[in-house]
Amino acid sequence: MCSLEKRGNLFILTLTGSDEHRLNPTLLDAIKSALHRVRSEATASSALITTAHGKFFSNGLDLDWAKSGDPEINPRIQLMGFKLRSIVKDLISLPLPTIAAVTGHASAAGMIFVVSHDYVVMRRDRGFLYMSELDVDLPIPPWATAVIRAKVGPAAALRDVLLRSEKLTAAEAAKLGIVESAHDGAEETVRAAVRLGEELLRRKWDGHVYGQIRMEMFSDLLRALDFSENHVASRL
Amino acid sequence: MCSLEKRGNLFILTLTGSDEHRLNPTLLDAIQYAIHRVRSESSASSALITTAHGKFFSNGYDLDWAKSGGPDTKPRLQLMASKLRSLVKDLISLPLPTIAAVTGHASAGGMILAVSHDYVVMRRDRGFLYMSELDIGLPIPAWFTAVIGAKIGSPVARRSVLLRSAKLAADAAAKWGIVESAHDGAEETVRAAVRLGEELVGRKWDGHVYGQIRMEMFSDLLRALDFDETVGDSKLLNNVASRL
Repeated sequence: MCSLEKRGNLFILTLTGSDEHRLNPTLLDAIKSALHRVRSEATASSALITTAHGKFFSNGLDLDWAKSGDPEINPRIQLMGFKLRSIVKDLISLPLPTIAAVTGHASAAGMIFVVSHDYVVMRRDRGFLYMSELDVDLPIPPWATAVIRAKVGPAAALRDVLLRSEKLTAAEAAKLGIVESAHDGAEETVRAAVRLGEELLRRKWDGHVYGQIRMEMFSDLLRALDFSENHVASRL
Repeated sequence: MCSLEKRGNLFILTLTGSDEHRLNPTLLDAIQYAIHRVRSESSASSALITTAHGKFFSNGYDLDWAKSGGPDTKPRLQLMASKLRSLVKDLISLPLPTIAAVTGHASAGGMILAVSHDYVVMRRDRGFLYMSELDIGLPIPAWFTAVIGAKIGSPVARRSVLLRSAKLAADAAAKWGIVESAHDGAEETVRAAVRLGEELVGRKWDGHVYGQIRMEMFSDLLRALDFDETVGDSKLLNNVASRL
């Protein structure tokens, strides 16, 4: 489901397989476990790159799995939401810079996962960032809106992402400041992530200071992530 | 250490001397005393310009002074922090517009002091705004982050300043909206500050209304300034050297 490799001081977490990388409890647990290993194995100066195989980075929560739980789907949605919130908190407290190399579509919870990284590099020729909820009649939990608010600045951009369900290409996302740079093809995107990672490593920052600064920057977001999972009314 | 002069309705507070204007208790007290005089002496329509002589606007806390008081640097750091927080609160409540004319490097606490003014004009050909803490391995106190957050809107810009320890020259800072305008040379920078000050004074605002509006704008920040100092591990200070 996900693999973790080390290249020098760079950790590369890959969502493997050519499926939609739906964030079900199994994948969420695998990602969390990989992040714990990164935290344990990180040296003074490390960086994390998260990427994915195939057409999708992640198409969001596993709604099929949620629907297959009789009779209520909400407990399953809440379980996935809880696990994703925990991962976002891990990413905010991680004592090293984080880079998402978006090589395919990232929608809804998948987009939340992406923008929870410090930097996003993205494939130009394929893939959208997309808060799909409005298009599929699902409310967005307050904590997820808080993530987007913390990462997307201008009011117009926030509106386009949340209230217009825009499908953002890499170029559009770069203009909104969500994405650092756009690249042709998956491999070039990952290479760009590696280059950025190496550039950040050269600054020789103390990872714990870095993590502490990031936690202060996002202290409001951390508070929002602590609230109980909001009841997502099922329209499914 | 600092001088206060009046030019018409403009108060000009200058950090004097060609040193780094490190924010030790003596300088912080002098600045705060000057600000208190401004508050007393300001007429209906006034403005404050803060500037500095030499290569530095301010290079932050006086870490040498903190280290010279024995192995535990925390009390001295907390003292400087407490005084700087008090000064920032004064600037937020001051019943007149404030302009920082940044004519040299402003790093860490020095950058916090600069951006705690309503407007910043800056010298283009020399000087950086720089939150140096990440580069020198020091944690940033929560209230510093709150000041930066209150003054820098874009998440990308905040990341640049806080998580990438960017050295921002005037033109880059202007692009991010941190600085109003960039000017060639120290004298032109101060002149630009005077022009801006005169423009604001010309609006004939009631200073007390101005100050009250500013306090509401920054009400979250004022709350953050009331919290206890989160001072970083003082052991880290021993390896700290200025990168400028």
